[in-house]
Amino acid sequence: MEFPEDLKYTEEHEWVLLEDGIVTVGITDFAQDSLGDVVFVELPEVGTMVEEGKAFGVVESVKAVSDVYAPVSGEVVEVNEDLPDTPELINTSPYEDGWMIKIRLTEPGQVDDLMDAEQYQAFVEKE
Amino acid sequence: MRYIPHTQEDIQQMLETVGVGSLEELFEEIPKSVRLQRPLDLSAPLSEPELLRHLRSLADRNATPDSMPSFLGGGAYNHFIPAAVDQLISRSEFYTAYTPYQPEISQGTLQAIFEYQTLVCQLTGMDVANASMYDGASACAEAVLMAVRATRRKRVLISEALHPEYRETVATYCRYLDVELVPVPFDASGGTDMSALSSLLDKETAALVVGYPNFFGVVEDLAAQAEVAHGLGARLVAAVQEPIALGLLKSPGELGADIVAGEGQSFGIPVAFGGPYLGFFAARQKDLRTMPGRLVGETLDTRGQRGFVLTLATREQHIRREKATSNICSNEGLCALMATIYLSLMGKSGIREVAVQNFSKAEYAKRAIGALQGFSIPFAGATFNEFVVEAGVEAGAVLERLERQGILGGIALGGYFPEMSNRFLVCVTEQNSRQEIDALVAALAGGEK
Repeated sequence: MEFPEDLKYTEEHEWVLLEDGIVTVGITDFAQDSLGDVVFVELPEVGTMVEEGKAFGVVESVKAVSDVYAPVSGEVVEVNEDLPDTPELINTSPYEDGWMIKIRLTEPGQVDDLMDAEQYQAFVEKE
Repeated sequence: MRYIPHTQEDIQQMLETVGVGSLEELFEEIPKSVRLQRPLDLSAPLSEPELLRHLRSLADRNATPDSMPSFLGGGAYNHFIPAAVDQLISRSEFYTAYTPYQPEISQGTLQAIFEYQTLVCQLTGMDVANASMYDGASACAEAVLMAVRATRRKRVLISEALHPEYRETVATYCRYLDVELVPVPFDASGGTDMSALSSLLDKETAALVVGYPNFFGVVEDLAAQAEVAHGLGARLVAAVQEPIALGLLKSPGELGADIVAGEGQSFGIPVAFGGPYLGFFAARQKDLRTMPGRLVGETLDTRGQRGFVLTLATREQHIRREKATSNICSNEGLCALMATIYLSLMGKSGIREVAVQNFSKAEYAKRAIGALQGFSIPFAGATFNEFVVEAGVEAGAVLERLERQGILGGIALGGYFPEMSNRFLVCVTEQNSRQEIDALVAALAGGEK
């Protein structure tokens, strides 16, 4: 189970990478492991405005269907075009090839409210 | 549901429980003006034989395809139904079955639906079919909603040669949605006007909806329509009101349709005053997750044995309701079973034979009527088992005259298309003998009798 140090985490098991006002969002190693084999991913279109705490997409596995929630508010500036055809990237590479969307932040402070790797690991162990 | 009448004592107890003094007080929320202020006007009780006689005398006042030669189509078709259909659906395991949510006790129901889906896919030439919808018109409306979902576009072109009631149903479903419905006129062939279509199609168009065959019985050029629609990223929806045609015509899937929605009544289901009917719905693999309704899939259980389950149900209304693709929360299980039994009995060659008979007999009738003085065939397009006839006088009068002579001659089109007051729609199926067709032609030729 990996918890990369350079990322921030949410209680819904999304990870966030902040670079120059753009955050990349995906689901964590723990989340993909809990879901099992991912068979389908539904992503928003570029240009969509997402709101912190609201669902922006769907991850469907052989076991369950889960909404994926926006960790921050902002505009979707890029989506991972490979995911619809190869959703298993979420299982094989949750923190890299399995990224989902990139959001241009409208409220930069929101990232500070998220957990760091250590806090998230402790949170997962309680789950 | 059992009907158990209440005694006065029951009523009194219930009133006390809810804390009101009288029935009058219980109903006071309902305005007096809309309440029935007298006992129901029912005649005295009848014995069973008297009641049966009474009901038979009421039934005898109906004209049916059994009591009169019928040339009525327009979305409800008089086809032969093998006796085995009724016999098999009368098994209580089928007709009392509940929603098959629990696969461990519903394998029979699930397998029947799975077989039905397979048959629908084979007939339509599509990849996936759902467990069925209410009827052809609502299936067509669901196809429009699905195209809007799948393309994320809001503009839908609807052929004016599509069944008018299907068009109305689509309009009802879209009434409070942000969807623009644009009619596409038909041309002298009776098919959708391709030049009008080309000018109306744009990059905002989610779908083009056409009948196959259309309301006038005309076989639309799906291949050409698919090409122009796909060129702008729109989906082509083929609505099939007479699926027997699929036994003879190239399948919509082969011709490029993206969604095929239709009416399955022709497959072993009686016309029965217009219902219950059977909507069928098929699509491409790529659109699987935007499909409405239920889907049955084949899988293996823990012991590696083949089994059937409801699958991809997370988009149905009973889980994650806000994500539902449709608010249909049922399927026409028994009607789907009737269709499955009918198609299984007919087989590939049987369906083709039925289709060829429909086509041949309709062509025979079309030629004979077209050759009559005072009658013409206004549309030039190829038809399947229905065609439009133009009379020199008002169509309603012609049809009433035929009815007085004991023939249900067709459907007047004036009610649907005000400019077609002299036109009517004639349908000929395998049930119409040559003698019946000749009698229809003679009656039309005979003038006022």
